[in-house]
Order: sequence, then C-alpha cells, then structure tokens
Amino acid sequence: MFEISVDKFKESNIFETTELFDFLVVGGGPAGLNAALYARRKGLKVGVLTPEVGGQLHNTSEVDNYIGIQNIKGGALSDAFLKHTLELEVPIKTGHFVIKIDKVDERFEVTLDNQQVFYAKTLLYATGGSPRKLDIPGEEQYANIGVSYCTTCDAPFFKNEHVIVSGGGNSAAESVIDLAAWASKITVVHRSQWRADQILLDQHKKIPNLTVHLETQLKEVYGDGLRMKGVKAFDKVNQKEIDIPADGLFIEIGTIPKSDLIQHLAETNEQGEVIVDRDQMTSCPGLFSAGDVTTQPYKQIIISAGEGATAALAATNYIIHHS
Amino acid sequence: MEKLLNEDVSKQIKDYLSPMKNNITLVLFTEGDCQTCKETQQLLLEVSQLSDKITVVEKDLKSPEAKEYDISLTPSFVILNDEGVYQGVKFNGIPAGHEINSFLSALMDMSGHDFGFDPSVKARLDKLTRKINIKVFVTLSCPHCPPAVSNAHRLAMSHPMIEGEMIEAQTFPEISNQFNVSGVPKIIIDGTRELVGNQPIEAFLKEIEALA
Repeated sequence: MFEISVDKFKESNIFETTELFDFLVVGGGPAGLNAALYARRKGLKVGVLTPEVGGQLHNTSEVDNYIGIQNIKGGALSDAFLKHTLELEVPIKTGHFVIKIDKVDERFEVTLDNQQVFYAKTLLYATGGSPRKLDIPGEEQYANIGVSYCTTCDAPFFKNEHVIVSGGGNSAAESVIDLAAWASKITVVHRSQWRADQILLDQHKKIPNLTVHLETQLKEVYGDGLRMKGVKAFDKVNQKEIDIPADGLFIEIGTIPKSDLIQHLAETNEQGEVIVDRDQMTSCPGLFSAGDVTTQPYKQIIISAGEGATAALAATNYIIHHS
Repeated sequence: MEKLLNEDVSKQIKDYLSPMKNNITLVLFTEGDCQTCKETQQLLLEVSQLSDKITVVEKDLKSPEAKEYDISLTPSFVILNDEGVYQGVKFNGIPAGHEINSFLSALMDMSGHDFGFDPSVKARLDKLTRKINIKVFVTLSCPHCPPAVSNAHRLAMSHPMIEGEMIEAQTFPEISNQFNVSGVPKIIIDGTRELVGNQPIEAFLKEIEALA
C-alpha cells in the first residue's frame, strides 16, 4: 500500500564542493548505479546526478529475468540497487535535471537546471531512453487523453474499458498482463510477430477477452476531440483496413535514446544512439556511455548494469593512463 | 481498524522524519463517510505519532478554515508552518502508494528542510501580481507523480502567490473529468495551462511566467 522511496538516502554534501570528480555519472538507472558501485569500489571519487533513481525500472511492474532475483517489482529492484550503492556511501543527487554537458580543457563540465556546475575527469552518460512514439496521425492529439506511454501510471483510468496495446516485445506483453487487472477487453496490435519471452506469452493464455492482431500496422488514432475513440490499422496478411473502437491505446514499442546532451561531443548513429567501443567509451576520450542510450541492441536491465560495470572499470584505467 | 503502517514502514518513516526542524500542523477536512476519508484520517494520525513535531487538527467543510484554505473536496488536508500559516500546500485524497513520498517530502520541507531551490526561483516568482494555482493529478500507482507534486508544493512554499495541490484522480473523478485527465502526472496551472509528466522546475516557471 505504501511504496516508500524518499527515505532511502540522504544527499551528501560532496555536491556542495567544487572539487574535481574522478567519475561523474549522469543517470540513475541500472547502468548508472552499477557503474557508481564499481567506481566506488575502485576508490574513485564518484557522484551520480539523476532526476529520479531507478530510471525505466519504475515503468516495469514485474522483473523476472535478472538472475538470482525472482519475481521482483521494478521499483523494488531499483530500491535494492540503490541500497547496495548507498552502502558504499556513493553520493547521489536527485531532483534536478542535467541541462548541459561540455568538455573544457580535458575535463567535463556538467550543469544542472539549478545552475550548479560539477567538474569531472571522466563522465558516464547513462540517461536511458524515453518512450518511442508511433508517429501516426492522432497520436499526439490524444496523448494523455486516451494514448498512454506508462501502463503502471495510467491503467486505473481504464477500468472496465477496452484498451489497445501496441508493441510486440516484453514491455508490451507485460503491459497486457498489468492491464488485465483493470480493462474489460484488451486488443494487441503489432506490425510483426511477437518478440516477447514465451513465459510472458504463456501468461496471456489466462487473460479473457484478449485479442491479438499480429502483422497489423497502426495507421491512425481517432477521437471526438476530447478523448480517443479508436484506431485504424492495416491488416497486412489479409490486405485490408480495420477499425478498432477503443478507449485507450498503450504504446510500448521501445525507447528513443536520450542522447541530446552529448550529441555535440560524441558520435551517435542514425537513431541517435551513442556509439561506444568495447570499453563503453564514446568517440570523445574520457566520455563513457552505457545502457539503453547506446547502440547496444538488447535493452535489458542486466545488460545495462553490466555495461555500467565495464564503463567504471575502463574509466579507472583511463584515469591511471591520463594523469 | 487495523494499522495502515506496518512496523517496517513506520520505522522507515520515523527515521526519515527524525531530522525535522520546526513544528508543523496538518489540518484535515473530512465529510461523513466520504471515500478514503477514514483511511486518510488514520494515515495522518499514524504518521503524526512518528514525530513529536507533527500535530493533526480535524475540521469539516463548514468550518471557517475550509473557506480560508479554499477546500471543496474531501478528504483534503493542508500543511501549516510553525507559525500556523497556510503556505499553499494541499493534498486532495489519500497520499498512499507512491504518493507517500510527496507527503513525506512535504512534511520535511515545511519543517524547514532546505529543498535546494536556486534563489532565482523566488526572484522570478516575485514578478507575479496575482495568485496562481497548480493542480497535479496523480494515481497512487504512478512512480513519476511524486516529484511533480513536490515541485508544485515547493513552488508554493517558495512564494505566497503560489498554491500547489495534489489531486488523487481515482478519488475525484468529477474534477479529473473536468480537466480531461487520463494520463498522469497531469499538471494544470491556473486552470488553463497543461504540463504532462515529471517536469523540471524550469518548465513550471515558464508556464507561470507565461501567465503573468
């Protein structure tokens, strides 16, 4: 009934100093927290800057693919990561957004939205992603008045209503499971085949009133101006337009990398993902990146955490060789 | 009634509240057996037992205080500072689930904990010539909502021209429908301007300045 996270840490006064950090982490998801843990164990002067701890873990209701930890809520896994990190007294500054990152005279300058500036020898950029949009007519008009990108947040608004889930990965499959507690009818519309884990799809078999349209492309969200009323889609197998009246559309089709703050420093691919080498270093020496913001194709919690570890270890070596 | 806060949660809250500086007062407004009124009353009383700096006062909608703090929904409560002054910090509906975090933050902030706003925030709000209300619609299962509520409350504590209120959308479907809420956090500034999602304080300030 109570999801306390506010009391899990007290802000360190390390952020009041103008001392140079060895390794500054931007982002508080699995990549950022694990990197901070590893860097701290190596004895680096480390700090984490993030508006919220946990990142996209909070959009996940159940996590069951992090080895050693079974059936845990996304928020609880985030708390476990945070607790472990704080046991090593890693300072974490939350509640503020980073607005600018620059490299001046071989050191990184990071500016927060309250105009505080921090300096670091090396930087890990692990900001993750924001929900990817379908980019179809009506999607923007009906955003938050029918169209949602956060199932855990918005599912209660669709009690006894018909909702559509767009997507074919694990997030979409989990969204269906979460919505089953609220909606009276769920329809999945996905442009290709399921990519989700079989174990999740097996759970779908228990959900009544679930209809799945694979190989079906969403074309348009329509409504009456105040609320969405349904979608139009194209069934690629039968080569016909279909109209699905519905009260909500939950879009779970992956993320867009939040790489805007370092695009002037590091190379990104066409999708805006940060290009990294095997040490997680970007094209900008001393600037590392890890997790969903990078070109790594499998966006998974355990992979992000592992990349964070690699970045911290590589940054440790980098500092040794550049000081 | 069974306790809302189990032993573990009570201990966490007690630890969290232990650095509270000044006394504060929670003024709770209920009406009959309104939805979640009993639970909200119980939550406030249980939390107040975890710190000697918190007093709970109960009033009804006919009281002069209801008029003074512009209370129209129940359950609602406001948090007064150590001088008994209303600084525009209001909760409509029970702050349970994830929203316990914005509630605990508000208690700490009102007791004098520095929430780290840059002095320029107050300077920018000083230009306001009229009161501005900020409504933040939430659901209790929304992990991104508490920071948005805290931002609204901290702006209210920073300046007498700002009022910030959390509105639990499930408890108050009428006002949620009035503002066409089906995605949270949804932030309504002065009844007209909208922000969606957890936004930096700068986004709030820009909307407020656009109204000035």
